[in-house]
Amino acid sequence: MQSMSLATQARLWYWQRMSATVLALCVFVHLGIIIYAVHSGLSASAILGRTHGNLLFGAFYTVFVIACAVHVPIGLLRVAQEWLHWRGRSAVSASFAISAGLTLMGLRAVYGVVL
Amino acid sequence: MNTEKLRVKVWRSGAKGLVTYDVPRHESQTVLDVVTFIQRQMQPDLAYRFACRVGMCGSCAMNVNGKARWTCRTHVSKVAINNELEVAPLSNLPVIKDLVTDMSAFFEKWSRAKGQFSGSRTRHEDFAKVSPESAQRKAADAGIECIGCGVCYSSCDVVTWRPDYLGPAALNRAWTLVNDERDMQRIERLRAVAGDAGCHSCHTQATCTERCPKHLSPTAGIAGLKRMTMKAALEGDL
Amino acid sequence: MRKNDYRARTHPAYWAFLVHRLSGLALALFLPVHFWALGHAIAGEASLDGFLRATDHPLFKFGEWGLVVLLSLHMMGGIRLLLIEFLPWAGLRKNWLAYGLGASTCTGLAFLLALIH
Repeated sequence: MQSMSLATQARLWYWQRMSATVLALCVFVHLGIIIYAVHSGLSASAILGRTHGNLLFGAFYTVFVIACAVHVPIGLLRVAQEWLHWRGRSAVSASFAISAGLTLMGLRAVYGVVL
Repeated sequence: MNTEKLRVKVWRSGAKGLVTYDVPRHESQTVLDVVTFIQRQMQPDLAYRFACRVGMCGSCAMNVNGKARWTCRTHVSKVAINNELEVAPLSNLPVIKDLVTDMSAFFEKWSRAKGQFSGSRTRHEDFAKVSPESAQRKAADAGIECIGCGVCYSSCDVVTWRPDYLGPAALNRAWTLVNDERDMQRIERLRAVAGDAGCHSCHTQATCTERCPKHLSPTAGIAGLKRMTMKAALEGDL
Repeated sequence: MRKNDYRARTHPAYWAFLVHRLSGLALALFLPVHFWALGHAIAGEASLDGFLRATDHPLFKFGEWGLVVLLSLHMMGGIRLLLIEFLPWAGLRKNWLAYGLGASTCTGLAFLLALIH
């Protein structure tokens, strides 16, 4: 992989595992929340009633979004390199773009639901 | 008189595909026996490799029914389905002819992973005293029986997907050496096995471990290399 | 050179890899949609409600259940990998494959119950 230095390659592996650990915790909590929410009824008033102004909720989901924005693009990059044979700078750039997109859309969603 | 026939499909370079041969089936018969019979009695120009024929050298490694194994240690009775069998060369290596592959890339990657021991003592000094009970030595011992047969390399999908991936055997050998307290090239070796061409591309598919005829676990060694390279990177050595 | 076919891949650890990768891909495709859906809240409660009403269809509910199962599977497979990569080696943890599958099944059932209750 000439487009990335050895240290960068190793770091990407490391950050994917670190974000995975954070996500494991977040997902446990999130699954609990989903099951509760679905059980209590999925209407906008019910959901927003629970989330509006809830800063703990906002903080938790902000961490969740950032962890996703790290974890997902690195994973997709691997799939692109191995199954699509898409390597080099363009693949890495696309990966960055996905990361930026997920961050923006995710934080927007958290903002919309909390504030 | 045993008239049972075994239908064997053998991959041949000339046909660029499988050619069928009917050979006599015997009660105690290995796949190597079958291939040898075909070459001696039916198809003199069939190319294949073997040496010891008793499961020590690894030369006879081939794909039998899609799985890499030592043909001298594979009984026909264990793998034949409805008296049929398929024999093909190892995957992920260029085919020279028929069942013979070019192992150069396999050994070249071994070398690139710094799979050679590099000591500091000379013949004039005393032997190094290495405790067989140390955790490091146990880790090394778990992997040193590798004879370089290529079964793991053939079985690995990451080798297929990433042409520069060093592969399970080379990484396993590197693992045994980074755990060798006498070796002087630890940091260089960790640099050689880190990154996308090295241990960080292993997805723990573990087909290597599943198929290794010596029951080694390159998956374990590669996981260990991930931990070691991470530690080295965090300490600024990588 | 020749490549392997499905016959080299018929063992549990490989299936675990495949489930992990495919579930990850599915979730990666779903995530932007999920963020977009929730973003409706910015336009107000009515907007989000409109979206939720539109998706109150059995097919959607089945899809949601499927995604919960995929998320659970991906997480359990991922935890298994974290154990293999970061803790001292103790085999392929094939028993973990069983625990992980069991945990995901439980999650899927819990969600299903919550849905139909």
